[in-house]
Amino acid sequence: MNLPSTDEILDDLAFLDDWEQRYQYIIDLGKALPGLPEEQHKDEYLVRGCQSNVWLISEEKDGKLQFHVDSDAVIVQGLLTLVLAAYHDKTAEQILAFDIDQYFNQLDLENHITPTRGNGLRAIVNKIQTIAKAH
Amino acid sequence: MTLNVAQIRDQFPILKRQVNGQPLVYLDNAATTQKPQAVIDALVDYYTQCNSNVHRGAHYLSDEATKRYEAARKTVAAYINAGRSEEVIWTSGTTEGINLVANGVAQRLKAGDEVLVTEMEHHADLVTWQQACKRSGATLKVVPIHDSGELNVDAFHQLLSDKTAFVAMPHVSNALGTINPIKELTAAAKAKGALVLIDGAQGVAHGAIDVQDIGCDFYAFSGHKLFGPTGIGVLWGRYDVLAEWPVWLVGGEMIATVSYQDATWGELPNRLEAGTPNIAGVIGLAAAITWLQGLNAKDIWAHEQALLKRATELAEQTQGLRIIGTAPNKIGVLSFVIEGIHPADIGFILDKQGVAIRTGDHCAQPLMKRLGVPGTARASFSIYNTMDDVEALFKAINKAQMMLA
Ligand SMILES: Cc1ncc(COP(=O)(O)O)c(C=O)c1O
Repeated sequence: MNLPSTDEILDDLAFLDDWEQRYQYIIDLGKALPGLPEEQHKDEYLVRGCQSNVWLISEEKDGKLQFHVDSDAVIVQGLLTLVLAAYHDKTAEQILAFDIDQYFNQLDLENHITPTRGNGLRAIVNKIQTIAKAH
Repeated sequence: MTLNVAQIRDQFPILKRQVNGQPLVYLDNAATTQKPQAVIDALVDYYTQCNSNVHRGAHYLSDEATKRYEAARKTVAAYINAGRSEEVIWTSGTTEGINLVANGVAQRLKAGDEVLVTEMEHHADLVTWQQACKRSGATLKVVPIHDSGELNVDAFHQLLSDKTAFVAMPHVSNALGTINPIKELTAAAKAKGALVLIDGAQGVAHGAIDVQDIGCDFYAFSGHKLFGPTGIGVLWGRYDVLAEWPVWLVGGEMIATVSYQDATWGELPNRLEAGTPNIAGVIGLAAAITWLQGLNAKDIWAHEQALLKRATELAEQTQGLRIIGTAPNKIGVLSFVIEGIHPADIGFILDKQGVAIRTGDHCAQPLMKRLGVPGTARASFSIYNTMDDVEALFKAINKAQMMLA
């Protein structure tokens, strides 16, 4: 999976100052997310607490955690990309050490992108952190 | 006469707010309505002038609070044309009212009995009956709808039988806006000897309600969908039915006598109202109803229908948009899906433009499945909405389509 880095995302967003441009950026990220094949849209992968369906699958490869996600809402897919940029293909230690709150603050999610409650971003972050802790 | 919408809007302070830097276009009225200044003032006045427990204190304030509280019961009784004000039971909302009834029904049902609900049920009027059936061994029967979102009335009559002990149905569907022919259906159910509950959550805010004319045994609604506060609702029930109804919550206020080993129950309405009630909520709800009674019900109806008509026209002109719920008899609810776009995405983009709608399953998951949609986007209109709000909705939808295409 070809993901932008968190720094690239923060740089890109720094240039976009109105909500429309920012949303368009998130939508475009969402469209670029490979998603999951239909047969992996299983209840066991569903993350609760999201307004749309979100599926999350994790696996380990060379000591690093890989995350594969999908959503039926494209903006949520874009938001998932922001999260995966921080967590995908990282070690459990790196995941737990990453300051997600600071990252979200820098993204200015609350003010410029979308409220983080209804879209279940928190639920995804919690799930990923739980997986890393159990590792 | 037509409704003086500008004057009405003036009385709702929240409508002057901006959200996301845009003037608020509030189209989520089926979820909850906004509150007029008269209701806000009644709450403030209660707490600043009169706060006290009711039916208990031997002092001036308690007397005054009790007077206002019991006057509110009369206001509600008159609004729904109840035979007696003791038939008005305060609850926390529709959900609690239905639970109170379902708890009693579950105690009385037995295997072989049937409970009838509809495919368009809100979870509050479905999960309650489903669980009551599970507890009692009765069978839940679900009356189908047509694809238009109208109830299949023929199927209703077919499913009705001598085994039918209880019928529960919505006055109006929250997800689709469909108004059900509850008077006719209630008469048919009563002819079979069944008790009938109407979920009135969406029925109360759009015109006069007459529970005696409907002929049902129970009618439940929430204050917050009727311009009143949250946390207060009403269960109306026929006196002879309620007087015998199994008590649900037990404790203070609802008893007649208590010994360590036993207790006897008080009279209506107290026997079904345990504990200190939501006094401020009760007074706020009465203020909402009094305020609403200052408007002409026919004008309200005409105004909301005009908004729905215009919204439906614009929806029909919108590429890829499909209206979910096309019954000829609807309240001002426009539920829709747009081809290739998830309802949640529509909601996000509308929100950024100051347009508040609801997206999702509308607490009706089985209905969404029945209709073959993952959920819908729903705009719901109220008395303070304007044609400009309708135009703003479609301008916002067009932008969402452009951005998400
Ligand atoms: C048809 C219907 N029934 C029941 C309810 C439940 O109402 P409350 O949440 O106020 O108890 C609602 C509210 O959304 C509704 O629309």
